[in-house]
This record gives sequence, structure tokens and C-alpha cells, in this order.
Amino acid sequence: MITGILILLPLAFSLLIFSLRDERQIRMAALTGSVAEFLVSAYGLFLYSTQCHCNWLLDIGWIPSLHINLSFGIDGISLLMVLLTTFLTPLIILSSLEHSYRKPSAFYGLIMLMEMAFIGVFTASDGLVFYIFWELALIPAYFICAVWGGNDRIRITFKFFIYTFTGSLFMLVALIWLYFRTPQPHTFEIIYLYAAHLTPAEQTWIFLAFFLAFAIKIPIFPFHTWQPDTYTESPAGGTMLLAGIMLKMGTYGLIRFLLPICPVALKEWGWLAMILAVTGIIYASVIAIRQSDMKRLVAWSSIAHVGLIAAGIFALTPKALEGAVIQMVSHGINITGLFIIISIIEKRTGTREISRISGLAAKAPWLAVLFMIVLLGSIGLPLTNGFVGEFLLLLGIFEYNYWIAAVAGLTIIFSAVYMLWMYQRTMLGNPMEDLEISGDISMKEAIPLIPLVVMIFWIGIFPGFFLNLAEPAVRTILNLMH
Amino acid sequence: MKDLIVTLIPVFPLLGFLILGLGFNRIPKKLASLIGPGTVLISFILSFIIFVIIAAGSRRGVQTWPVTEVFNWMTFGGLSLSFSFYIDPLSALMLLVVTGVGFLIHVYSIGYMEHDQGYNRFFAYMNLFVFFMLILVMGANYLIMFIGWEGVGLCSYLLIGFWFRNQEFNNAAKKAFIMNRIGDLGFLLGMFLLFTTFGSLNYIDVFHNAKGFLPGTGVVTAITLLLFAGAVGKSAQIPLYTWLPDAMAGPTPVSALIHAATMVTAGVYMVARSNILYALAPATMTVVAVTGLVTALFAAAIAIYQNDIKKILAYSTISQLGYMFLGLGLGAFTGAMFHLITHAFFKALLFLAAGSVIHAMDGEQDIRKMGGLGSALPKTRWTFLIGTITIAGMPPFAGFFSKDEILSSVFTHSMILWVVAVTGALMTAFYMFRLYFLTFSGNFRGNIKQLQHLRDAEPVMMIPLILLAFLSVTGGIINLPALAGGSAWLHSFLGPVFADATPLLKGPVYFLDAQTDYLLVGVTIVYVAVMIVVAWSRFVKKSLIPDEATILRSPVARILTNKFYIDELYDLLFVRPSLWLSKVCHDVMEIRIIDRTVNGAGTLVVKAGNTIRYLQTGHVGFYVFMMVVGIIAILLFNLVI
Repeated sequence: MITGILILLPLAFSLLIFSLRDERQIRMAALTGSVAEFLVSAYGLFLYSTQCHCNWLLDIGWIPSLHINLSFGIDGISLLMVLLTTFLTPLIILSSLEHSYRKPSAFYGLIMLMEMAFIGVFTASDGLVFYIFWELALIPAYFICAVWGGNDRIRITFKFFIYTFTGSLFMLVALIWLYFRTPQPHTFEIIYLYAAHLTPAEQTWIFLAFFLAFAIKIPIFPFHTWQPDTYTESPAGGTMLLAGIMLKMGTYGLIRFLLPICPVALKEWGWLAMILAVTGIIYASVIAIRQSDMKRLVAWSSIAHVGLIAAGIFALTPKALEGAVIQMVSHGINITGLFIIISIIEKRTGTREISRISGLAAKAPWLAVLFMIVLLGSIGLPLTNGFVGEFLLLLGIFEYNYWIAAVAGLTIIFSAVYMLWMYQRTMLGNPMEDLEISGDISMKEAIPLIPLVVMIFWIGIFPGFFLNLAEPAVRTILNLMH
Repeated sequence: MKDLIVTLIPVFPLLGFLILGLGFNRIPKKLASLIGPGTVLISFILSFIIFVIIAAGSRRGVQTWPVTEVFNWMTFGGLSLSFSFYIDPLSALMLLVVTGVGFLIHVYSIGYMEHDQGYNRFFAYMNLFVFFMLILVMGANYLIMFIGWEGVGLCSYLLIGFWFRNQEFNNAAKKAFIMNRIGDLGFLLGMFLLFTTFGSLNYIDVFHNAKGFLPGTGVVTAITLLLFAGAVGKSAQIPLYTWLPDAMAGPTPVSALIHAATMVTAGVYMVARSNILYALAPATMTVVAVTGLVTALFAAAIAIYQNDIKKILAYSTISQLGYMFLGLGLGAFTGAMFHLITHAFFKALLFLAAGSVIHAMDGEQDIRKMGGLGSALPKTRWTFLIGTITIAGMPPFAGFFSKDEILSSVFTHSMILWVVAVTGALMTAFYMFRLYFLTFSGNFRGNIKQLQHLRDAEPVMMIPLILLAFLSVTGGIINLPALAGGSAWLHSFLGPVFADATPLLKGPVYFLDAQTDYLLVGVTIVYVAVMIVVAWSRFVKKSLIPDEATILRSPVARILTNKFYIDELYDLLFVRPSLWLSKVCHDVMEIRIIDRTVNGAGTLVVKAGNTIRYLQTGHVGFYVFMMVVGIIAILLFNLVI
């Protein structure tokens, strides 16, 4: 029931927004819709934690002849991802309200449509339904970037679309293959996909297909080349949706599909995936050191951070997997915070070039404070959300292999290097002269940041609540592998 | 009740931070001067109560101490890591040092920072620092220690770059944070190895389980080495020491509290805390001792040719920390802790006195431009002199006893090491008296403007100085050796903490009887006195002012003045290569190879499409023809099979 509402509500609001003309009404509708969606999911969380057995299964016949059903369900990991989506979307909308976009009805309508697709992806318990929502999310993402993006948007979004779409096709092939390997009557139902009988060779092919699809989405080195350009050229809100939520579809897919379906192939090829992920951490960190555009720097840092998440998933230990789930939430929060701050700075200074910005802290002390807090979360200082995830991830990877953990651990040094460098250049030093808006961050600008800051400390200081949600689901996934 | 008090100790500085931090500049200065030091004072009083309880217990022969659980931090994989505190004699002692010295420095700051725009921000950061330092000291497991460990690093970063308009200072702050993080990675990996080896991070469990290991076990050696990497970063030892001299960019009270008295001693505390693990790893102990000794000499040598009053003190801090690690490495845990405590007193004193000088001299820090300040700043001069004598190790001041304890334990291990260690002590005496004479004796070398308002600072700054001077003089009492008619209280107090480690340590090679000890002490004192006289004759009698041109003629002096070119070396070895690597990764690997491959794959598909497109002619006849060809081909194929 709740799952149904969660999917239909954003869809309804999306259609409503498309039909509206007045900008004020559009903004109101987008805000109301996303907040309502958050409240529904919060109520769901309340139900979930009080009556832990309900999985809110929703099963509607769709194509009976092929036994394809619109079926949804929720476990701890799904729930956390759904909450991340419904929590971030209103904040992204709020921060977008600071800008005026042409054709606002399309802009906000697409955001709501995207939210629906995300929820669908995170709750689908049917392979085909998962795939459909997966592709559905791409379409609004493409339009948001292609219509409201920067100068070079057409070329870049085209590449983004083709690249990720190609990846997804491999997943579709894998899903269809799996379909024919399920017991009679064939079905895409996830639990039957888990039970599909596969020869080791088949598993390897399915592993490769899934890996390619998810690796491109996340992105894992060396499938990342679409990402820095796309993040940089997209409008602020689009970047936040991509980095904050959309990439989690990839890591979620790894956990939901790759791990339980291809355990044998993972034993054989998991090390390769691990090495790619860890290489990506170092590679992206090293490149981030020299970036001159704030957005691009954060984009590269994101490749490094999600590389660690991916490495944790491939470590296949309970700690690393729990860490991965927590870090997916934390990364979504931190990176959205960073992009919001960058968009505030860009509005103030008219640029994102680090070398052209300086000394904002003197003029905007609260902005400096908020930036510092988000930055600390992102570099994983203890008592912030980033630490909990990084600690569990690295500990889990350490159990997998000492040396890989030592190399992956370099991320805590590198992230300090490039993040503090960016902070120092932009916020500290003598204040720059030509500010378009001087003065401190306004209440309206701060509102989307405050819930993020609260979450940074909440997860950092009391991670127990979130870990308890994730743990049973993580255990189930790992048990499925045996 | 006791649990409540323990829990409240760190709460007050945290509250102070939150009030001052969130209140920003809306809180009046008067109130801020009350909240900043006041919260630390409350913590000090609470710490004192706890200390009395622990001391009373230890007199009754208590050997175990309870853990205070505050809340459950995280649970994973069936294991829980709780946010809990552990107060034993070691941490009780550290609590007193942190809150006591911390409080005095907070009071001093009221005067020192009076005219600074960021007054409230300063106290907010200082309170936050005290909070994290308390967490570090009080934690009942390595993870809680790590929270404090990284937290004090953050505060150090914030306070070094306190005057954030100056990018030089910001660079120093960033350098400190990053070098600390390099060490922290070692600490983190050490924790992981601890966890996988012992299944827990709680001190009590780890130390209990450690008893089952044989000395020299590889995994314990690895754990201790990794943890020591963290200590090397935090306590500024070779090779990660270069951040500390730069850290002097922060306001002087910060240098006194964080970069001399408390934070930098965290590494010493950590090793003393993990004494059983280190005792099980003789190889690591050797590494600790060698690192300490080399650092002690290295930093002392650099200090001889420095001219910035705070930098000299910074190098002397590095050098003194080296002595502490030397003591730890030789198993003299109590001696190292003793020196940690007296060092906290006299180094805080020296820094605060230096701050008073800088204050009077309008921010001038170059001792070549000072001179003759003794008459104008009598109180500062006398307190500074006390500090100088203490650090030089003249009896009966505190530094003498603590340093002697380390030196005599060096002697019992090796006479050669003892000679080397004493050489370092002599260098200390020389550069400290060089500093003292150049600053306070001779003629005034500053400008008229400075001369006009040259006077001792106000009481709010002088009283902490005088109290610290008192502690520097008398601090030796806490561990007065039997030779000097004392009862070595610290030994008996900390004894139970180190009880399990002591039997594992290598026994002394030489036996130290009373006569030998007197002889060694006598020799040391005489040589130190000689060094003082040498310094006096150079800088007072001949009134030689160090001059770049003459000094740089001697190659040794040139190397020392340039601090062995270590910063330049690191720049060449690490900074430049990583920037170069970054460029190569981006320009070559990323653009030329990976991206080109991806785009190439795309282009290939398009080209293939263009080629195949010619088959799509649009003629139905052609299609039918192809279809027939296809069917025949399939039939033939089936026939053949």
C-alpha cells in the first residue's frame, strides 16, 4: 500500500506540475509534492521500525501470459535508499527555487518524475520492473541536463545518455537470459532470479553484463568518463539528483542483483572488480587535486568516494556491506550539501573557478561554517556521517585483504588534500572585491543545508539506528550467496 | 555519582563551544571571557574530584577501574562499540594536566586575544579543543581515542589558521592537518589489525587478551608499529615533524596549549596507554626509542640556528617529545609520563612568556630584533628564566628530575646512548640560554615605537605565568627519587597501569647504584653549566648577534639554518611528484587513453551503422531477394548438419 503511494504520489504531482502555467504555483506544487512524499516515507519508516515484519509487498498482474508482475517490496536497504531519495528531493527542489529556470513546469515536473523512477528502482522486486524504472530515471535526467545545462551540454549529455544506456542494455540482456533460466513458469520475480540455475560460464557472462551496467552508472573506473563533464555541465539541481541519488542505483544494483545472482563468478572475478574500484579511488583522488572548477573537483572526489563504496561491496564481508549502505546514504547527503554550497558560491561570485574566488569567510561566516561541516562529513572526520561509513568500509576491506585496505585508506589523506585546498582558496584569505551578492548566506539559502547538517551529525553520532535498519537486509543478501 | 562526574567532564567544554560557536558575535565579550575559561575550570574541578577518588583508591591497592558507558555508538556484525570512558591513574593524571594547564592558558588568552576581532571564535575553538582532548584521554577503547585524536587535529587546523586572511597561515594549518592524517591512516590500520586480532577495541579486552601472546609476535609488532605511525604524526617526530614549526602561525596561547603542552603529547599518552602491546613488541620498542633519540638530537640541532622565538620553542618541543619517546622505547613509561607532565608546565610557561614578549614587542618574533628586555619586562623575564632553567635540566627544578629519570634509564641500557642523549640535553641548554640572553640581556635592538610601551602584560596574563612558573619549580615533587629524599610517588601511582608490561621488558644491562647515579647527575649538571657559560660568553659578554652573512659562511650552520632542507626535500619527493602524477593522469591517461577509447567505441558503432546502412535500400524486391537467400541458406545449413 505505502509502496504504491510512494510511487504514485510523485507521478501525480509530476503530471500536475506539467499542467500548471503559473510559476508560483509550480514551485508550490513541487515543494508540496516532495515534502508530502517525504512524510509518507517517514510514516513508512515508523511503521517499519515498529512492526518489523511488514515488507509492504505490492503485486499487480501486468503481463500475465509471461508471468510479469508489477511487484514491489521493501527491506532495510531499500528503505534507506527510499528515505534518502525522499529526503534529498525536497532539499534539491528548495535549493533550485533560488534560481529561475525557463520552462519551470517542465523542470520541476521532470524532477518529480525522476523521484518516482528512483523509488521504483529502489523498491522493485521484479527484474523487469527494476529495469523499466532504471531506464525511466534516465529520461528526465537526460532532459534536465540537456535543456538547462551549461554551454557544452548537448555533446556531453548525448555522451552521458548513450554511454549509460548502452550499459543498461547489457543488463536487459542478462535479465532476459536469467528469465529463461528460472524454473517453469518463467518469471522476472527477484527471488526466482536468485534461484535461477546457472552454469559457472553463464554466471560469468551475467556477472560481466550486470557489472558493466552498474559500473557505468556508479561510475567505477575506467567507465567514468561521462561523469565529470556531466556533473559539471548539468544545472545545480540536476547534478545533485545525479550524484546524490541516481548513482546509488548502481551500487544498489550491485547489492541487489550482482551479489546474490553471481556468487560463483564473484569468487572468480570479484578481485578484478575490487582492483578497478580501488584503482578508481586513487586515480580520481589524484586527478581531483588539480581541478580548478569547484564542481568538477567535487565530481572527481565523488568518483573516489563511490569507488570506496564499490570496493566495500566487492569485499563481501558484513561490515563492508553495512558500511557501503551507510556510506551510500552519507555520500548522498554530503555531496548534495557540497553542490548546494557550490551553487550558492557561484551565485555570489558569478564563477566556479577556484582561482578567481577568495576570502568568502570574512564576508559570509555562516556560509563558511556550513561549508566546513559538510566538508568534514565528506572527508570522514569522526562524529560525522562520513566516518562511520568509511570506518566500516575500510575495516571490511581490511578483512578481505590488508594491502588493498591500506591503498584504499589513502583516500582519507587525499580527500583532506583536495577538499581543504578548495576550502582554503575559496573561503579563506583576503576577501575578493567583485561579489555580486555580498553579505552572509540568507535564511532561504540556508534552509536546504540545515537538514543536511543535522543528518551529518545524526548519522555520525548515533549511527545505530541506521545500521540496525541495514543489518538484517545485509545478512539476507550475504546468506543468499551461500 | 562517579559515572556522572566522569561523563560531565567533557560536557562542559562542549557546551562552551556550542554556546560561543552558535552565538557567534552576539555574545558580549565579557560573557565569552566567562564561558571560555569557566567551562574548562569546571572540568578541572571535576577532574580533580575524580583524581582524588582514584588516588584514594590506589592507596587502598585498587588494581582495576570501571568503565563508564555513555551510550552505544555503533553495533555491527553482532559487535558493539560503545562510547565509553575509562578512568585509571594514567587518564586521571592526564585529565589534570589537560584541564589544569588548559584553564591557565584560557585565562591568559583573555588578555592576549583581547583586541582580536575573532575573540568569541577563538574561545569556541579552544573549548572544542579541550573537549576533544578530553575524549582522547578518557576513551575506553581505541575508537573513542581516535575520535579525540582526529578531533584535536581539526581544532589544531582551525586554530593554526585562526587568522584566516593570511594564506601563509592557512598553508601551515593545512599542512598540519594533512601530515596528521598521514599518521592517522597508520593509526586506523593499526586499529583494524587490533580488531581482527583481538576481536575488540576496548582497552580492557585487548590488554587482557594480549597477555596470551608471546613477546615478539609478528602481528603485535605490526599493530604497535602502525599505531606508532599515528603517534609520529601527532607528536611531530621524524619523519612527520615539519608541520609543528609551521604551526606557530597560530596565536601564541594555541602554541602553548595545543602545540606544546597537550595535543602533541597524545602520541606519548597513546604508547603509555598501550604499554602491554609495546612491551610485547621489542622490535617496535627499538623503533620508538631510535625515532625519539634521533628526533631529539635533530630538532635540538636545528633549534640552535633559529631566530624566531616561537620556532625555537617549537623545535625544542619536538626535541623534548623525542626524549619522551626515547624513554617509552626503553620501557621507562613512568619516566616518559613524568617528563610529559613537567614539560607541560615549563613549555606552557615558556610559550606564554614568549607571548608576553611578542605582545610587548608589537608582534615582533625575531630575537635578533629584541635584546635587553629584562629590565622592561621583569616579571616576564623571571618567569622565562625559570622556564629556561627548567628545560635545561638544572636541579632542583622539575625538568631536571624528569629528564634525569629518562637519562638514567638510558644509561642502564647503553652508555653510548647515554652520551648521545646527554649531548642533546647540552644542546638544549645552549639554545635555550641563547634564546634567553638574546631576548632579555644586552641592548635593546627594536624600534622606538616598541620601546615606548615596553612593559609587562596585565595581571590576567601574568598570573597564569606565575602559577606555571611555580609548577615548573616544584613539579618535580610528584616523583622525587629516593636519592633526593623523595618517595617516587608517580611510580607507585602509575605502577598498576604498567604492571603487566614491566615483567616483559628487557632488564637493565648496567646496574645503577646510588654512587653512579650521583656521578652521572653531577657530570650532567657540570656540562649543562658549561653550556650556559658558553652561551653567556657568546651572547652577553661578546654580545654576538647572529648575522646571516657570517653564519651562512659555515656549511654546517647553513644546513642547520635551513633545517636540513627537509621541507624542500618533501616538496621534491612528494608534493611535486603528486602534482605531476595528477597532470599525467588527467592529460594522458584520462583524455588520451580512456576517453578516446570510449569515444572510439562510439564512433566505431556509428561507422559500422553507416556501412550497413547501404543494405537498407528501400526496394521491396531487394528485401524479398535477401529473404529467399536467407531461407535457402538456413535450409542448406540444416541439411549439412
